[in-house]
Amino acid sequence: MSLLDFARGPAITVALAVFCLGVLWRLISLLGLPRAKDRSMRRAGASSDFANAIGGFVRHLWVPKGIGLTSRFAMINGYVFHLGLAVIVFGFAQHILFLRGLFGVGWPGLPTSIITLAGVVTLASLIAALVRRATNPVLKLISTFNDYFSWLVTTLPVLTGLLAVAHLGGPYETLLALHILSVAALLIWFPFGKLMHAVLVFVTRAETGISYGRRGVKI
Amino acid sequence: MTIDIKAATRSFLAQTEEHLVSYLEACVHCGQCADACLFYRTSGDPRHTPAYKLFPLARAYRQQKWPLNWFACKITEGDLLEWEDLIFDTCTMCGRCTEVCPMGIDIASIVGQARKAWADAGLGPRDLMAAAENSRDHGSPLGLTQEKLVDRVEWLADDDEVDMPLDKPGAEVMLTVSSIEAMKYPKSLSAMAKILNHAGVNWTFSTHGYESTNFGFLAGRSDIAATMLGRIVDAAEQAGVKTVVIPECGHAYGVMRWSGANILGRPLPFEVLHITEYIARLKREGKLKLKPYADPFTYHDPCQVSRRGGAAADARYILDGFATGFKEMTPTAELNWCCGGGGGVQAMERAADLRHKAFKIKIDQVEATGTGRLVSACANCRLTMDESKTYWNWGGALESLVEIVADHLEDV
Repeated sequence: MSLLDFARGPAITVALAVFCLGVLWRLISLLGLPRAKDRSMRRAGASSDFANAIGGFVRHLWVPKGIGLTSRFAMINGYVFHLGLAVIVFGFAQHILFLRGLFGVGWPGLPTSIITLAGVVTLASLIAALVRRATNPVLKLISTFNDYFSWLVTTLPVLTGLLAVAHLGGPYETLLALHILSVAALLIWFPFGKLMHAVLVFVTRAETGISYGRRGVKI
Repeated sequence: MTIDIKAATRSFLAQTEEHLVSYLEACVHCGQCADACLFYRTSGDPRHTPAYKLFPLARAYRQQKWPLNWFACKITEGDLLEWEDLIFDTCTMCGRCTEVCPMGIDIASIVGQARKAWADAGLGPRDLMAAAENSRDHGSPLGLTQEKLVDRVEWLADDDEVDMPLDKPGAEVMLTVSSIEAMKYPKSLSAMAKILNHAGVNWTFSTHGYESTNFGFLAGRSDIAATMLGRIVDAAEQAGVKTVVIPECGHAYGVMRWSGANILGRPLPFEVLHITEYIARLKREGKLKLKPYADPFTYHDPCQVSRRGGAAADARYILDGFATGFKEMTPTAELNWCCGGGGGVQAMERAADLRHKAFKIKIDQVEATGTGRLVSACANCRLTMDESKTYWNWGGALESLVEIVADHLEDV
């Protein structure tokens, strides 16, 4: 079995299984925890829990005006690599083929030049995020292995993907195999580390929106 | 001193409610919360980053959850000692960090829960713990015993020529006090009485449940928190009142209004209103006739009333059309900066230096309005600001919203 066969076959299959079961387990074990009923009297005129959950999600998409100094760079850079990753994962023709194999639905891809550009921008943005994490005194203190390892398994697929598309650094088949293996690493790590925030963000923002919304606070 | 690490860990792990765990699992360590925190902004010390304050609780949680425990390290006595000042001295539970958190994590509520673990381990600032125990043993953190309350009320009623009923049968509204007001700003009590009398409210103080500040809650002493709440709830139930009014005290309002029923485990059989909410209601009902007030001033939002209480609009409603010299500070309402003394920080001697320094933020906010006068609706904020004002030798004036309203009631 060649490296590419291994990557395309058992590696990605196992990774997908760990990813799905892991995320499911994290969610079930989390949402199955006891939930204390809020017995305080709801403020008269407070929006419904559903509206407050949506509101909580939307309001935290951006730092409110007037809060004062926060790092605009970090916020914008965060959006750059998140959107960049989304464009690459869901816009690249080869990725769409892979996703169609999984879900049975496909959609038209973006030109490779745009994907390459998105890849370069995303990589630069991720490197900027790492440099900031490693140099900013606050981030240095609060960063753990989880943060750096999560960065690594997010960045490697972008880097290896760009190399494979550009045929740089080795035979295409090896580059492609390394790319798929790096994605497998990301999928396996996802449920155990902070990448889970991609799922949890919907839970926490909604819960804060609900608990403050019933008080009549838009937070 | 022995540190009961097992009790702390048990206490940490007892708090595995779904929302709390979601918060602990969701932090992405982005650090945006640092700049929203008045203590980090003042000290520049990365340890004061709100997200960092969650570390011990997150660690305790991970060490018992499979498979996260593969990568977890154990919580130690050293951790508890190292984080004590972060959980107590440098967090007022103002909730400002939640506004900027991309995950929407309610850090203030986690700090509130974490304090229980420190208290269970036998840790926590001595003066804060003493304030909680004084509340339990003497009815109030500042020595406002039943006898002293009666003394104060009779003296004020006489001095200010205002009717201040105590244990009046058949009252519909029960007014509570903050001992900070009673001991340091007693005119606040007669001011509330004047307003309620002016509006023709059938109200009373109760000698059985009067202290609304809850240092049990702030110290992480759940037992004392429940005792303090129970006194007011029992008194209100026995008197059969429909409404309990919390005076100018932010945390007292937050604890009774939003946590009270949850701590006691049953819905409260009366409504709870902050004094600003109640005055706004009286105004809405046309029961408040005010003489115009033109002096320039700005309004400081008590965090637990505005950002974490949802009543920011009521203070503005009271001022609307009455206080023509009112000018908002920036930022304001839910985004306002804390005074530095919330969450029991006011009571911690060793925390004084940093909170005084942090008050510079407030001074700058007031100076930018050009009004030179700072009005609040929280006696704890007022005391904090009074002390910090002296520290900075600041020439601005400090006043209470309720007292201003009481001083401008039309004669009826």
